[in-house]
Amino acid sequence: MNPFPIVIKPYGAFAVLIEWPPRVEESILDDILRFTEYLKNQRILNEGDWELVPAYNSLLVVNDKKQVEFKMMKSQIENWYASKDTVVLPQKYLWRLPVCYDEEFGIDLVEVSSTLRLSVGALIDLHVKQSYTVYGIGFLPGFMYLGGLPKALEVPRKATPRQKVQKGAVGLAGKQTGIYPQESPGGWNIIGNCPIPIFNVALKDPCFVNVGDRIQFYKISKAEYDLHRIEGEVGIYKMEKIKIDA
Amino acid sequence: MLKLLKSGLYTTVQDAGRFGYRHKGVPVAGVMDSFAAQKVNMLLENQPEAAVLEITMTGPTLEFEEDTYIALGGADMSVGLNNIPIHNYTVYKIKSGDTLSYLKLNYGFRGYLAIKDGFKSEVVLGSRSLFKPVTSVNRLKDNDQLLYTVYKSFQPKIQKLKVDSFLDDEVLEVDKGPEFDLLNDKHLEGLFNKEFTVAPENNRMAYQLNESIPGHEISILTSATLPGTVQLTPSGKLIILMKDGQTTGGYPRILQLSEKAINILAQKKAGDIISLKLPKKSSRI
Repeated sequence: MNPFPIVIKPYGAFAVLIEWPPRVEESILDDILRFTEYLKNQRILNEGDWELVPAYNSLLVVNDKKQVEFKMMKSQIENWYASKDTVVLPQKYLWRLPVCYDEEFGIDLVEVSSTLRLSVGALIDLHVKQSYTVYGIGFLPGFMYLGGLPKALEVPRKATPRQKVQKGAVGLAGKQTGIYPQESPGGWNIIGNCPIPIFNVALKDPCFVNVGDRIQFYKISKAEYDLHRIEGEVGIYKMEKIKIDA
Repeated sequence: MLKLLKSGLYTTVQDAGRFGYRHKGVPVAGVMDSFAAQKVNMLLENQPEAAVLEITMTGPTLEFEEDTYIALGGADMSVGLNNIPIHNYTVYKIKSGDTLSYLKLNYGFRGYLAIKDGFKSEVVLGSRSLFKPVTSVNRLKDNDQLLYTVYKSFQPKIQKLKVDSFLDDEVLEVDKGPEFDLLNDKHLEGLFNKEFTVAPENNRMAYQLNESIPGHEISILTSATLPGTVQLTPSGKLIILMKDGQTTGGYPRILQLSEKAINILAQKKAGDIISLKLPKKSSRI
């Protein structure tokens, strides 16, 4: 059974792009992830140099070395999509990440709270209240595109981007919230900082989060921040994760 | 060890690229001009993924501490081995204590220095390509040292290679990108009926072009991008992603450069002229 009409497009000589309807919807993301899992187990794709990059309503299928023959690949993917319904979604996790919202880190917190006509406390309460779905990872290594921000927290990007946003900075911009995994230039409103490294090249999987997982923030003090930061640096911080039932 | 007495403007270690981590947001990186890098590695009978030095515009001054063999390629640069001029795509024997000085860029933008068996720098996530923040630095600095294997003797099958250089080429062959069909006639006219100049904002992440085409209000959800993807901003600016380019983006991906076009563009600098060409009958559409 095919719940969604998909479109398969050529994308240069080495890749094809599969598109689902252009909506931010968990049922679409789940279908993409289920199909990604299915493709990983196809003999043709689990050997050699293929990479699969899911995000929001699309899936990139790219070969690192060999050119893709589009017509053949397209009909192959159509056949696969039509027969994928038995595949189980890979296990998803909810990751609980600590955030210190002290003024030292939440450098735009006061300004944002006045723009949104919320008290700082109410803003933080709203930010930690719900979990956010990871719709994609990109822009920077380990940068998560998170969906599900409450309307009350939607605030425009800063008019002038900062040259340097701190590693771990937690920000708000439009319909999005997220963490800067590394120091980088950026235009998001910074409301706190997460002491846990999101991207670590020393690990075989440098980023523990996968597309489809959920993130929930919780508020910590400066003292806890300092402790978790050291734990994170020496690699003894224990991640809080909860299995999400399919 | 290879000592960088002077590092030059932007000298970096690159190999064929860092694959397998795009879904975690890691750009593939790797040599910008893969054609030139493959040729110099081939001359030394190296693995295609052997790490080379990528040398941009103003080259370094280098001192070799052990015997080995090298080959240069890519941009046309005046280079002296112990002050004697040497040439691209030729194997040279290096003796302990030899110095290599890059004097002047004549043509092109990025030169490559391959060494027998490749540079043995740190491997991070399966690749030696420098890319911050995956590696701690993007490029080498004065007095840095690079490890390589000692070779006292090596009989290359080919001493010198005649290479059809494309440093003169200005036409970039492109395919239609995923959002190509959303463009109107004015966009197409702007893209294919005029020349563009490379903007000062050009580096390993992306090349911007000075001239704009008409703007648009096409909105897409963030989706995967590739090296060679031409993005169109709402104001009509063209941004061509290169090897260090981000793995996802939110601008319409209107065109995709061929592998050869990426290599041609990698040899262009600010002010250089290029044009875009869509094959009359694209086999992939």
